Amino acid sequence: MLTSNMVLGGIVIPWELMQQSFWPILIEGIKVTIPLTLISFFIGIIIALITALVRISNIKPLRWIFNIYVSAIRGTPLLVQLFIIFYLLPELNVTLDPYPTAIIAFSLNVGAYASEIIRASILSVPKGQWEAGYTIGMSYRKTLFRVILPQALRVSVPPLSNSFIGLVKETSLASQILVTELFRKSQQIGATNLDQIVYIYILAAFIYWIICFILSLAQHQLERRLNRYTVR
Amino acid sequence: MFAVKGLKKTFGNNTVLKSIDMQVDKGKVIAILGPSGSGKTTLLRCLNALEIPDEGIVGFDDHKVDFSQKVKQQELIQLRRKSGMVFQSYNLFPHRTVLENIMEGPVQVQKRDKKIVREEAIELLDKVGLKDKKDLYPYQLSGGQQQRVGIARALAIKPELMLFDEPTSALDPELIGEVLRVMRDLADEGWTMVVVTHEIKFAQEIADEVIFIDGGVIVEQGVPTEVLSNPKEERTQRFLHRILNPTD
Repeated sequence: MLTSNMVLGGIVIPWELMQQSFWPILIEGIKVTIPLTLISFFIGIIIALITALVRISNIKPLRWIFNIYVSAIRGTPLLVQLFIIFYLLPELNVTLDPYPTAIIAFSLNVGAYASEIIRASILSVPKGQWEAGYTIGMSYRKTLFRVILPQALRVSVPPLSNSFIGLVKETSLASQILVTELFRKSQQIGATNLDQIVYIYILAAFIYWIICFILSLAQHQLERRLNRYTVR
Repeated sequence: MFAVKGLKKTFGNNTVLKSIDMQVDKGKVIAILGPSGSGKTTLLRCLNALEIPDEGIVGFDDHKVDFSQKVKQQELIQLRRKSGMVFQSYNLFPHRTVLENIMEGPVQVQKRDKKIVREEAIELLDKVGLKDKKDLYPYQLSGGQQQRVGIARALAIKPELMLFDEPTSALDPELIGEVLRVMRDLADEGWTMVVVTHEIKFAQEIADEVIFIDGGVIVEQGVPTEVLSNPKEERTQRFLHRILNPTD
């Protein structure tokens, strides 16, 4: 085990500091970053599904509202959205910790983006599938849930997994509203070791990478399972 | 039993069906023939409201829908539940096995007992000669096999009327026979059928009545021996000549 600094081409790599910092940063990742991602994504997907269904329906006023929602979220930076929600809630006399505040912001963000993925997937299911549902006597709703969505969701798994992995990294923005997650923890450690701060950030990047790598393996497994009824 | 009166359908400025009257008596097989773009597929799709006619009355003795008025969704669903449809491109549910495809209507729509439906579905598969394929997914079947599953799925809801939209047009020539054989069995069993087809010989063999349609109107109709062997109208003659002598 390396216990001291290592000199590499004139650069001094602080191994000891990196080893000491690895667990505290990883633990914040497991305790905060991953739950924040999972909860936000879960809520976001529910919002996305509702949004997609409204946007393909013909309920005019509701469609309008959801169109504006998607357009506004897609048209503004996530960091700005995060700040707005963080400062807006107190204005509305809602006291909320930074962590749930971040969940609200990320869920709304995922909801808008993922709704576009789900909407496109629904539209990609051939029209003949709707007709096949109708001709065995199904209603619109039944056809949607029994015939169209199962096929659409399979199509949407790869792009949704991308969004999910993207979200893992985007949660680092929560550090800006004082959520002590993976990145903010690194900042805190870095602040007491200013000379070696770059190595702390490299360590943080490495931990994000490991998390995302494991997730991408899970993604492949899921896609393989879902592809069982199509030609390979 | 089933009748259409004054059926009109336009797509934008294009009038596809001008004013169609037709009647399908119980147990009869009607073949609809016509050149491409004649409106024959649109006509068939209007019979179960996959296309919503602009005008006209479509329906069974005990359930008619008047499309000249505003029609409720529920009325369309009721109309569709009385007929089964077989598509040119099969349209099987790719995420369900052969057996699940057939059981979907009876179980999910008709809310019938799953065990009984399963037995019936296996019988239907036996009828179309695919009993041993029940647990496969559609992609594992040939076109002819998929279409036979499509027929079984349509039969499973016990429709009063079976509609076939060019059921063999997407098939390789050597697979057409197996589908036509199943359809002939159905005709022999007394199913009421409306078939849009290009198979003149087949129409001649199983149809009780042939309807020749062109430009959105019924040009000629009657028993197959008259319409197909001895057409009166020039348009029918030209069409039959083209189909029977494609290289002329």
